Amino acid sequence: MAETHIGAAQWAAAPPVRPEYLRETVASGDIGVVQKPLTLWQQLVNQAWLRKTFILLVIAVAWELYARQLNNALLVPTFFATLEAFWTGIADGEILQKVANSVQLLLKGYALGLVLALIFSALAMMSRIGNDLLETLTSAFNPLPAIALLPLALIWFGLGDLSIIFVLVHSVLWAVALNTHSGFRSVSNTLRMVGRNYGLKGVRYIAKILIPAAFPSILTGLKIGWAFAWRTLIAAELVFGVSSGKGGLGWYIYENKNMLDIPAVFAGLFTVILIGLIVENFIFRNIEAATVRKWGMQS
Amino acid sequence: MPPAPLLQVEGVTLQYQTEKHLVTATYRVSFDVYGADRFVVLGPSGCGKSTLLKAVGGYMMPTEGSMRLKGRPIREPGADRVFVFQEFDQLLPWKTVKQNVIFALESSGKLRGKAAETQAMRYIEKVNLAKFANAYPHTLSGGMKQRVAIARALAMEPDVLMMDEPFAALDALTRRKMQEELLQLWGETRFTVLFVTHSIPEAVLIGNRILLLSPHPGQVKGELNSDGSDTADPVSGRKLSDRIHQLLFADRIEEQEIVHHG
Repeated sequence: MAETHIGAAQWAAAPPVRPEYLRETVASGDIGVVQKPLTLWQQLVNQAWLRKTFILLVIAVAWELYARQLNNALLVPTFFATLEAFWTGIADGEILQKVANSVQLLLKGYALGLVLALIFSALAMMSRIGNDLLETLTSAFNPLPAIALLPLALIWFGLGDLSIIFVLVHSVLWAVALNTHSGFRSVSNTLRMVGRNYGLKGVRYIAKILIPAAFPSILTGLKIGWAFAWRTLIAAELVFGVSSGKGGLGWYIYENKNMLDIPAVFAGLFTVILIGLIVENFIFRNIEAATVRKWGMQS
Repeated sequence: MPPAPLLQVEGVTLQYQTEKHLVTATYRVSFDVYGADRFVVLGPSGCGKSTLLKAVGGYMMPTEGSMRLKGRPIREPGADRVFVFQEFDQLLPWKTVKQNVIFALESSGKLRGKAAETQAMRYIEKVNLAKFANAYPHTLSGGMKQRVAIARALAMEPDVLMMDEPFAALDALTRRKMQEELLQLWGETRFTVLFVTHSIPEAVLIGNRILLLSPHPGQVKGELNSDGSDTADPVSGRKLSDRIHQLLFADRIEEQEIVHHG
């Protein structure tokens, strides 16, 4: 009978018998480590900050070209005009003063929001009713824009820092609590059991096990909360002007718009962006490097 | 008069709820563990052996029966019964090897400051990890992580060391080495260990006393003695591992028959 299946013919054949052999391996010291330094170009391209600076440069050039071609400083001032206005603002201390006012207010609201978020999330971990409370409150208030509460806040707390801090707390609290809570809940069961095994309970358990174990999500919450607070603050100052006497960056933008000093408006916006970049790339980046990256919880 | 048992488990039935069912994990399990015992709980998956260990650890309450450690009833987790889990993530990733051991000693209030550090280093040296005392867990291999967990547990000098399939996630060679190291450590410090496994060779090697559990729900099938060598029994002429295999395998055949007839 003729072989029709090639596969069957292959399967039927036995593998060839090969002689056994043993070898002496080369001692690891005798193998010279082969390693070649990267070229200067490769080293440069590996720097994240350099790549990001390049992106910013491209945007600046595009802006400059577009503004020159448009040639209408009331709509879009050139990049250099903006830089000039920014520099003047820095030199006469006005921008720095406004930044100081804004940041001071921001930090107060942010800190208070964080403390409240921590208390809410801790309560949520300690009892079922606390959990229900947090879930209900976050789903109710998280979608509510903080700025929508400002008119009410002005009635309750009057024109002053207090009403701004109130809306700041509102914008920070729910975002941070939501992230912290979901971080707590995703802590591995093994780590929880380890914590209880060594006698940790209540506040000590939350501080020593849950918070560090949930730190990646807490950090995300901190970043989101920071961004929300910044936006809320600038918006509040823009919409309601100088509600806190001294006035911050939002007020600076608003004031200059009224005087049709558009380069200064851009300079104000530029400052907001600059502070955002600094906080993200220096403060949060360093916190990450010293915590979650060092612990191998995030690559 | 024989010495009093260290740990007494009497008629313990364990039940837990899933979304739709009430599951009975063990049914009226009783056993006694004495000081310096290497007491192995052996059974196929589904015999409730890990649940039993969690109950002794105080993480769940039995629906029936009692558990006493040194005569005192077990009510909650405590540092007198320290766990070594199967999972590698039992080490706190935000602490170094040494800090992990110190954390255990300080959190439980056993030792503080310099004394805690000395004790930690003593046990880290015992598991040959002194060179890695300042390394973070994510830089260690699986076997090294388990050794840290063992060092952390032993440093607590607990009444009972609770091991829940501690070597199951390791590769075969590392597992073999860890088993030998554990026996060596036992030779040095004579701790009492309650060891859960589903591996017959591991049970025979590690245990001096082996509790056999049948599955669905876990019930005691018997307790056997082992000298670790797995030599043939002079009376029956059979090796211990073969006897255990027979005892547990008989269940499988019955199970298959039930499937066939049902």
